[in-house]
Amino acid sequence: MRRDWIYACLLLSPAMVILVGFTHIPAIETIINSFFSTGRGRRVPEFIGTDNYATLLADPVFIKALKNNLIYAAVTIPASIILALMMAVFVNEKLRGRALLRMAFFTPTVLPLIAVANIWMFFYTPGFGLIDQIRGLFDLPAQNWVGQTDTVLYTMIAVATWKEAGFFMIFYLAALQTIPMPLREAAALEGASRWYFFRRVTLPLIMPTTLFVSVNAVINSVRLIDHIFVMTEGGPNNASKLLLFYVYEVAFQYWDTAYAATLTVVILGILCALAIAQFFFLDRRVHYK
Amino acid sequence: MNKMSFSWDRALITCAAWALALLWVLPLIYATWTAFHPAEFETRFDLTAPLTLTNFSDAWVQAPFARYFLNTTILVTMILIAQIALGTLAAYAFARMDFRGKGILFSLVLVQLMIMPDILLVENYKTMRDLGLVDTILAIGLPYMASGFGIFLLRQTFMTIPQELDDAARIEGTSIMGRIWRVYMPLAKPTYLAFGLVSVSAHWNNFLWPLIITNSVETRPLTVGLSIFAATDSGIQWSVINAATLITSGPLLLAFLLFQRQFVQSFMRAGIK
Repeated sequence: MRRDWIYACLLLSPAMVILVGFTHIPAIETIINSFFSTGRGRRVPEFIGTDNYATLLADPVFIKALKNNLIYAAVTIPASIILALMMAVFVNEKLRGRALLRMAFFTPTVLPLIAVANIWMFFYTPGFGLIDQIRGLFDLPAQNWVGQTDTVLYTMIAVATWKEAGFFMIFYLAALQTIPMPLREAAALEGASRWYFFRRVTLPLIMPTTLFVSVNAVINSVRLIDHIFVMTEGGPNNASKLLLFYVYEVAFQYWDTAYAATLTVVILGILCALAIAQFFFLDRRVHYK
Repeated sequence: MNKMSFSWDRALITCAAWALALLWVLPLIYATWTAFHPAEFETRFDLTAPLTLTNFSDAWVQAPFARYFLNTTILVTMILIAQIALGTLAAYAFARMDFRGKGILFSLVLVQLMIMPDILLVENYKTMRDLGLVDTILAIGLPYMASGFGIFLLRQTFMTIPQELDDAARIEGTSIMGRIWRVYMPLAKPTYLAFGLVSVSAHWNNFLWPLIITNSVETRPLTVGLSIFAATDSGIQWSVINAATLITSGPLLLAFLLFQRQFVQSFMRAGIK
């Protein structure tokens, strides 16, 4: 057994060094650094207790970014999940040209988010963009969708939903294909309507997939911010600033690394809460009774 | 009667499905339209409009896309090879060996499914600076070279391979590496394909970390190059930007269209744990 231990060490160490070096240690360092000031020039970082956190709570931009991120997640996640489920049901039905349908839904997934943002920007262009052109047909005035504080966040939500739904569809598709045919036949014999079958049999059966997809959707709502760089840079007036983008700004434009670490801790906290929630949910098995 | 209502149902579903699909590809069709037509047809949809490739050649000349392509290709290849090599070794240890601390180590691996290097920008930047790797392609790839997801996926696959095969090879005197190479890797081919496609498309599309860690043409991947090209709003036409957008996503898109079935199945396989 001792030999086994040595072998295991040799096999594991390359992967573990990189994993721990770029995920675990930085995560811990982030937490430590959030209790220090940013060292500038000859001034070394000093321990300042929870000062950074006090700054955080009093920072209107942080509060705004947090709110934005909540709205962003609260709309993007259900929207992309519902659309994904619809797509999966459509593709799972033996419709004509289902390969084409599947392709249409899935293609946005393989595109870089940054490229997707470019494409959508043209949609939103005031006056010329497709959306305003369609509005023009009905004599509605041109709108600067991306330039207004009250619409900008929703333009980004649309982009994210468009990109993600097809990805989640795949998982639902896999789940739908595991639902046994006899169940469907039995329900049809009993005279259950499609909708009833969907609500009472399909939905509960695919609950684990919904959980899996939701967890991924939450992670993505924090992690994927590439489109902000092309579309808005967080503006106008911070209306489209999300947490990770704010971290980027604070760290790499204002070079306040300690405050950036504090902001990162908030993100880490959200992800940890998610991990714990998932653990408890999985433990109790999100399954039909 | 029953039959009748059934087909109505179907017609409705078919219509809804196609409407949604059409809505979904609209942005892509639009981008393709503008990229292949002269600028004056950007917003005029005239089927007789002349087709052109000048937008593509303009974009290609105005930014060093060839170099960006090379960088991205090197990056994706490097990451994939490392992920597979390191992941395979670790997965074997987790799947087939008994040692103390296995549970803890494995949960450390799983942590990376939640907390990815993407989020720890500041600390990872500091690490790269200390290693003297800032603005290198290696620095873009290094944090991703051990994939928690990859290790997990391969471990699950290795555990389904009969222990008897391993034992038989061992009795014949095959070393651990030999067994991994001749028994485990060939049998896990579908998993490698699935993971490979997911990994390549993820890193081809990655943006934030490369943006931070690179600052020269020699290291920048396509995504960062594209963002710089599109951001210089010095009157670059939409049609040219759209052409550049299609250039950067082209290879992946083409690969997807050619291997659609494998792509979808790979993502499916990668998702079901």
